[in-house]
Amino acid sequence: MSRNPYVRPVSPTTWYMRNGRYIKYMLREVTCLLVGFYSFFLICVLAILAGGSEERWLAFLASQQNAFWLAFHVIALLFYLVYMTFDWFQLAPKAMPLQVGEQKVPPAFIVAAHYVAWAVVTALVFLLAGVF
Amino acid sequence: MSKRTLDIEVLRYDPEQDTEPHFMSYQVPCEEDWAILDALNYIKEELDTTLAFRWSCHMMVCGSCGMMVNGEPVLTCKTFVRDLPKDVRIEPLENFPIERDLVVVLDDVMEKLQMAKPYIIRKDPPPENEEFNQPRSALYKFKQYTMCVNCMCCYSACPQYALDSSFIGPAVLALAHRYNIDSRDQGKSERLDILADHDGVWNCSFVGACSEVCPKNVDPAAALQQMKIDGAKAYWLQKLPGGKS
Ligand code: FES
Repeated sequence: MSRNPYVRPVSPTTWYMRNGRYIKYMLREVTCLLVGFYSFFLICVLAILAGGSEERWLAFLASQQNAFWLAFHVIALLFYLVYMTFDWFQLAPKAMPLQVGEQKVPPAFIVAAHYVAWAVVTALVFLLAGVF
Repeated sequence: MSKRTLDIEVLRYDPEQDTEPHFMSYQVPCEEDWAILDALNYIKEELDTTLAFRWSCHMMVCGSCGMMVNGEPVLTCKTFVRDLPKDVRIEPLENFPIERDLVVVLDDVMEKLQMAKPYIIRKDPPPENEEFNQPRSALYKFKQYTMCVNCMCCYSACPQYALDSSFIGPAVLALAHRYNIDSRDQGKSERLDILADHDGVWNCSFVGACSEVCPKNVDPAAALQQMKIDGAKAYWLQKLPGGKS
């Protein structure tokens, strides 16, 4: 008997349309575009601040007061908080499992610890920034 | 017991005749408690003796009955007829070449298996004339990873392996991790040298599909992320003054 294995083709451009699991993964991955853009945006904002001109700073703030930029900030925040943060915290117990004695620490506990750490760091940043 | 007739489409490929695979349909009167594997056996015994597929234990142990059922990689002895719609499509495991019908070529994974050095490596000799005791807590750290039956459903689910077969892949890396975290083993750095590399864990982008489809709840995705951390740690420790290369 001769061998003649058949290799099924995989499309390099549309493979992720094969099932919902891959589509969800790709949605998580494309958030990097938003993250990248937002980081770039923040650097620009810092540059304006560092420039020291109050006039330019106020002009920048005024430029953000319209529907387009408000929508952009809301979407970026949602993506960061709801999608990226939620998804990654959810995955954290896989990368960092804990075992105390013979017992595995429940994954939900590790996820919760991440949220607590996040809240503490956020409060510290707000404190340093003089928000409260 | 009542019967239920399923319309089963099976992907067929005869390497001596066909240039590409094609579907064939069978009407199978299934008993209520049948697994898809029973339906395949019915086809082979009653309808079409030429159908080729692998199986052995019929109890989720041998790992040889992995196939795509309605697009999902599963053990067919663990997939029950009662949980499926009337139309069922059975294909060979994706991401592997088809040898014949539902039988795939697993040579690639078999070769990669050796890279994982899936055995205990000792630098110091093990204790002589006494038992090599391992506390239960140490066993529980890796026990989950010993459940793998090498069914290769995880490779079928992995888009990274589909796109780039040089990726060592989920089951093999999870097996390496199983030995890395075994308290009796001293071969972690040897394994990481090979596996914490681009074709190893760093080719994984954490899609997580491997763990979702694993019929034995092994969670290879977790093993790979932990190995990434181990690999990164080892890399930076080497960079420290006095670090070993
Ligand atoms: S026949 Fe052995 S695992 Fe299914």
